[in-house]
Amino acid sequence: MAYHERPRGGLTPELSDWARRITAYAREMGLDFWEVCFELLDYDEINEVAAYGGFPTRYPHWKFGMEYEQLSKGYTYGLQKIYELVINNDPCYAYLMKSNSLVDQKLVMSHVCGHADFFKNNLWFAKTNRKMIDEMANHGTKIRRYAENYGHEEVERFLDACMSLDNLIDMHSPFIKRRREKALDDDEPQRAVPRKLRSKEYMDRYVNPPEFMEEQKKKLTEAIEKSKNFPEQPERDVLLFMIEHAPLERWQRDILSMVREEAYYFVPQAMTKVMNEGWASYWHSTLMTTKVLTDDEVVDYADHHAGTMGTRPGVLNPYKVGIELFRDIEERWNKGKFGAEWDECDDAEKKRTWDRKLGKGREKIFEVRRIYNDILFIDEFLTEDFAREQKLFTFEYSKQSGEYVIASREFKQIKEKLLFELTNWGNPFISVESGNYENRGELYLVHRHDGHDLQQEQAKDVLRNLQMIWNRPVHIETSVEKRRKVLSFNGRKHSERTL
Amino acid sequence: MTNKIGRDSSRFKQIVRGKIKKELRKYITKGELIGRKGRNVVSIPLPQIQLPRFRYGTQDTGGVGQGEGDIGQPLGKGDQPGGPGEAGENPGEHVLEVDVELSELAKILGEELELPRIEPKGKKAIASEKDVYTGIHRSGPESLRHFKRTFKQALLRQISSGEYDPDDPLVLPIREDKRYRSWKTHREPEANAVIIYMMDVSGSMGFEQKEIVRIESFWIDTWLRSQYKNIESRYIVHDATAKEVDQHTFFHIRESGGTKISSAYELCNRLIEEQFPPDDWNIYPFHFSDGDNWGGDDTRRCIKLLDEHLLPRVNVFCYGQVKSAYGSGQFIKDLRASFEKDERCILSTISSREEIYDSIKDFLGKGR
Repeated sequence: MAYHERPRGGLTPELSDWARRITAYAREMGLDFWEVCFELLDYDEINEVAAYGGFPTRYPHWKFGMEYEQLSKGYTYGLQKIYELVINNDPCYAYLMKSNSLVDQKLVMSHVCGHADFFKNNLWFAKTNRKMIDEMANHGTKIRRYAENYGHEEVERFLDACMSLDNLIDMHSPFIKRRREKALDDDEPQRAVPRKLRSKEYMDRYVNPPEFMEEQKKKLTEAIEKSKNFPEQPERDVLLFMIEHAPLERWQRDILSMVREEAYYFVPQAMTKVMNEGWASYWHSTLMTTKVLTDDEVVDYADHHAGTMGTRPGVLNPYKVGIELFRDIEERWNKGKFGAEWDECDDAEKKRTWDRKLGKGREKIFEVRRIYNDILFIDEFLTEDFAREQKLFTFEYSKQSGEYVIASREFKQIKEKLLFELTNWGNPFISVESGNYENRGELYLVHRHDGHDLQQEQAKDVLRNLQMIWNRPVHIETSVEKRRKVLSFNGRKHSERTL
Repeated sequence: MTNKIGRDSSRFKQIVRGKIKKELRKYITKGELIGRKGRNVVSIPLPQIQLPRFRYGTQDTGGVGQGEGDIGQPLGKGDQPGGPGEAGENPGEHVLEVDVELSELAKILGEELELPRIEPKGKKAIASEKDVYTGIHRSGPESLRHFKRTFKQALLRQISSGEYDPDDPLVLPIREDKRYRSWKTHREPEANAVIIYMMDVSGSMGFEQKEIVRIESFWIDTWLRSQYKNIESRYIVHDATAKEVDQHTFFHIRESGGTKISSAYELCNRLIEEQFPPDDWNIYPFHFSDGDNWGGDDTRRCIKLLDEHLLPRVNVFCYGQVKSAYGSGQFIKDLRASFEKDERCILSTISSREEIYDSIKDFLGKGR
């Protein structure tokens, strides 16, 4: 494995002893994960690994350089610090920051166990490549080779284009077969033979005049062309459609496939951010406070934990929301605070002291971590009481003051907004409507508008990138300020028209 | 390891640099840059290069937050959205400050404006002496003792003589072990330059006019500093009389009154005579005014001063005329009539901030 070539800092004896003990505690408590390889990195190394999304052997691209610059600036100025990094892989890799104190390392290792368990068991990760470290290294090697062969600039330009499309995938497609199997013998192929009126042979020229017949034939042909929709159904996986149908060189197709594969690999992490962090936090808290902490570490631990859980008004901290939701679920299922009886109860006092002594809390949260993703998690378990206790609110941009202001504390609105943010992991729904638009081989995308416009400037740039790959004019149908519009780019200039 | 990310980040920086290049024009017309000058580094806040995506604008969507506060209450400054997950696409958030050395900035400026390198005039450049510590000697003052070398020598001697005991590693240097840093003196030819800024601060020069002068001076300064090692700046303000001031005063002074340009030229001339003999110095007088002089007599006096005293002594004399609402703008016409063909005199009109860029090119494009 190319990955092991670089010498890296292993754990100190003390830390590796703790790693052993903590993973053992975690397994005792029911967590189930692949072997975890801990590695100790200094801040610069960890910034680098983080810049590559956790994969140091990843293909070269300036974007990672930019991430790195930002991380190291942030670290230098004391604005941020990465404590740990976990990779969804078998074995699971976890990078620890060398300069962390022992209590921090213990906390981080406990936290990592939570993530590792989540990666292995959560349904949405089921289809991810568990040998991604190797795969990424392969991608890196291939892309470097392409860069050698076809020119760095050229490959970089193509990568830029691919990366700007990497959210145009269908996050559910690993689990669903969307396309109809192509029947080998479709029905009689439609033929463009216009119907003739019955006539005597010598009258035929007059009853069915050739010019008219010719015209009919043309119309029929057109109709048939139109009915041969391509794709047959709108295709959500725009990248796949491009891979299959865009006129690409082999290396280009390969790079596009790699970018797509990596995008699919990362999607579950975006889909379960709240749950994943919540679950890991729940477990670091549980492990630390019941097993791992020594008396003299309590204050440091509490300080660090509080820092991780800290909230700022403009940002929803996934650690905080996640851990609180898991705890809430655990409590509700321990006390039986669910079901019709609970829902119908109006007596506040009764509700407050409600306890059916079910003791099903742990079991329930394990089930939740197995089958939910963020959107289902929040939809089902974020209750009105929870929103009130956690002081959730929605905010809006006020054009008047040029600031973000608190808009509402209504439960319905909070939930709506949250669910909207999580839908399709925060990305607009876009699908390929036609790859042969107007029968001119043009690409026609449709944005299913759900009340929010696309960022116009960026949309234009994306069209440019799409066009570069598709090589024919490209269009996207979307809404701009409540008007249905088609934005187009034909390779030279942008245009738009209102429908 | 460092190499790999090093390549990616230098590629990123290259792209950013390209971005600076393209947008240099914009930065040049922005005054704030100068305010950020500190320790010879200018921080240019650069929007992070964001790969375009089909995505929502956060301004449209808003979001969900957590904490105290009433409805309608603005989120605090540091608490603006952005952060975990996919949130935070709002402009202004992804701002990356890129530090650019002034010398680097000058280089970019030079490339963009196609400024030629300046040929220092005269051969009698002063040779400066510089001591460089490069060598090692066996004798020298204790203050220059090279600890590491000395220690090594002692260790070497002790090991070779069998005195060294690994269990009791006591290393004692004796006199022969001692090594000292030594220096060599280099003589470097050096060209000196002085920039003499003159500005008309009469009543007709408003804030905007001074701002233009300020910005333009900054860039001229940056460029000339990249060309000369030793550079001095002198500042002269004038209305009906002229006086020498410091930099701060130069840019912030508010005066009013009439205008006698000759007063400034006289002072400038005196400065050169007393302090900057043209044989040793490259002299760059810059004069900024709105072109509204007291009268024909004074203008004639200016022309005479220029012709007889200033122009023979300077590398180049630059006159920038800022457009103002009051000025007649006559002065530049008079100068043009007299010095149209004289290479030593460069005239440029700057009617708005946008023209600073071209004006710098006018002034410095000759490579004198």
